[in-house]
Amino acid sequence: MWPLVLVSSVGCYLLKLLGLAVPQRLLAGPGARAAVLALPVALLAALILTGTFGSGTALVLDARAVGLVVAALLAWRRAPLLVVLLGAVVATAVTRAVL
Amino acid sequence: MNSRPRSTLRRDAIGLGLGVGVFGLSFGALAVTAGLSLWQTQVLSLLMFTGGSQYALVGVLASGGSAAAAATVAWLLGARNTFYAVRLAPLLARGPRRAVEVQWVIDETTAMATAAEPDGRAREAFLLTGAAVYVFWNVGTLAGSVAAGLAPDPELLGLDAAFPAAFVALLAPRLRADPVAGAVALLGGAVALALTPYAPAGIPVLASLVAVAPVVLRARRTSPTPDVTPGLTPDLTQRPTDGGTG
Repeated sequence: MWPLVLVSSVGCYLLKLLGLAVPQRLLAGPGARAAVLALPVALLAALILTGTFGSGTALVLDARAVGLVVAALLAWRRAPLLVVLLGAVVATAVTRAVL
Repeated sequence: MNSRPRSTLRRDAIGLGLGVGVFGLSFGALAVTAGLSLWQTQVLSLLMFTGGSQYALVGVLASGGSAAAAATVAWLLGARNTFYAVRLAPLLARGPRRAVEVQWVIDETTAMATAAEPDGRAREAFLLTGAAVYVFWNVGTLAGSVAAGLAPDPELLGLDAAFPAAFVALLAPRLRADPVAGAVALLGGAVALALTPYAPAGIPVLASLVAVAPVVLRARRTSPTPDVTPGLTPDLTQRPTDGGTG
């Protein structure tokens, strides 16, 4: 696990440093801007759905889906992070205990 | 706008830092639950220092993804800091200190520095926010990872649901700020789910990036004039405490 921790961390630092090295106009185009805005959105959506419905290589519908619905509702209402997390965790644990 | 005194900037920075500390707390807990040691978790917060990437790395590992997939997702999420660094380059110190200060270039510092630009206090805002966020993020990480080490079976507690929930909290402000973000999220999520039965863990998440292509093509076609970064952090400049990903 240590090689992953170190290599990924150094990579993320170098990405910051890269911004000081490249000429401004290289990253100023509308395509690059649109990409940098859309990139996290696509990745986060994928992480949310695979983390909720994925179990290895199987797709399953279980208590985590209830947690996701609760988290989405709370986040939509602009609840603080801790409330979103606790809401999802409690909803999932309760659903699991009942089912 | 009135020139804001230093104490106001400091108060804003500490307030933002406290919010980030809560994210750090949950990151530390999730990382240890996913199987990282306390030290590995702390090194991520000290050296990587970009919350979205750290969450994603641990999330991919927790779902059984390979180290290569985890690192790639972390780098892709960290790529937006490259654009922030382009924007903040004129503010950073010259000489060797520059290489240290650039570590603080993240969502929160970019938002605070650009917001303080009209007052001519961008560098001050950058340094105060950077220091506060760095300290609180790392203290939060430590507290969270220590607390998680004491907890019993994470699945029984429903802690596996905390990952998607954390990502939801990170995604929500982006969906609000950008009208096309909803379409990107739907397409990216659908691609990832569709590939889950056929590809090793971590790959479906990376494949979601095809959802970025239509947006890039459209932007190239519709706006030919380049315009450097002010629009990069619309969500954060308005609500710096609402879902910053570090």
